[in-house]
Amino acid sequence: MAETVLTNPGESPARAAGLRGIADDWSSDQRTFKNVSWGKAMMWIFLLSDTFIFSCFLLSYMTARMSTTVPWPNPSEVFALTIGGHHIPLILIAIMTFVLISSSGTMAMAVNFGYRRDRVKTAVLMLVTAALGATFVGMQAFEWTKLITEGVRPWENPWGAAQFGSSFFMITGFHGTHVTFGVIFLIAIARKVWRGDFDVERRGFFTSRKGHYEIVEIMGLYWHFVDLVWVFIFAFFYLW
Amino acid sequence: MTNVAVHLEAQQPSLHAHVHDVPASGATHAEGQQHPIKLYLVVWGWLFVLSACSYLVDYFHFQGYLRWSLILLFMVLKAGLIVAVFMHMAWERLALSYAILLPPVLVLVFVAIMVFESDYTHLIRVVFFAPST
Repeated sequence: MAETVLTNPGESPARAAGLRGIADDWSSDQRTFKNVSWGKAMMWIFLLSDTFIFSCFLLSYMTARMSTTVPWPNPSEVFALTIGGHHIPLILIAIMTFVLISSSGTMAMAVNFGYRRDRVKTAVLMLVTAALGATFVGMQAFEWTKLITEGVRPWENPWGAAQFGSSFFMITGFHGTHVTFGVIFLIAIARKVWRGDFDVERRGFFTSRKGHYEIVEIMGLYWHFVDLVWVFIFAFFYLW
Repeated sequence: MTNVAVHLEAQQPSLHAHVHDVPASGATHAEGQQHPIKLYLVVWGWLFVLSACSYLVDYFHFQGYLRWSLILLFMVLKAGLIVAVFMHMAWERLALSYAILLPPVLVLVFVAIMVFESDYTHLIRVVFFAPST
């Protein structure tokens, strides 16, 4: 099948900014997102739908917590660790937050080096991001193990409202799954970058389409979204 | 914000020259998002500071409205930095920004509905199913 090529008939007139620009873009009877490729636009729209999924999870958690007459377990105590004889509240979650934010930082830099066509730096930074993501999932597995051995179940826990367990396992489980898939996605794209697929415009195995460094940015959008969701989970579930 | 980006990009003529060397078939994608690495490092630093602040809210046992407003403040600042800079939303055209950012804001209506609903459920539970303490 022939690939659609975006033709560029000379200099296009400057596009309006502000509200006028929004009206122009949406009513142009052409593609709406003028300087955004379909791949990037679809990733944004997927992330929007994913936002609604996580919104529903956090909303059901809010509803459960607000409507229960039993005291809610104190997350500050539940997630505390004793390190070297010191009892530190919420320390594991804080470390997980810093690990995930660091992975977002390395991902943003990978996108930047991708657009500079610096193959090696892009691939290395993506692999560092994947390693930090895997570390995060590992710490989450440790956290789950700790809570399960302490008797937390989706239907009961030793400290208070029964819905604590179901909310915890569903929200962090879904988020951890997103991180896991992100790590797999990262490794797959990093391999392509490392091999130079986007420099020689090698055609994809499944799609037979030419790859571009833009996929690194699209991948980055997904990864930053995972970090973004964690910001909300950290605030609402662990700190509130 | 956009003006700042233009200004920053203008300081990196070598990058653009390099990008334009690529084959014509890649030209539509080659422009991409070009910002200095320093910008990402600064945002990274701010995210660390804000995360540390929200952890300290818990560490110092702030309670009540002070706790909740601080948590929300740091959360919104972090989310804003990630979306605006890391996800490059600050440099997209408004048609995309509004299409993506407005719908989640409408979730707040859903939040309001569920706050009323859970208040009502809580009231019913207290009145009719109060645990025997």
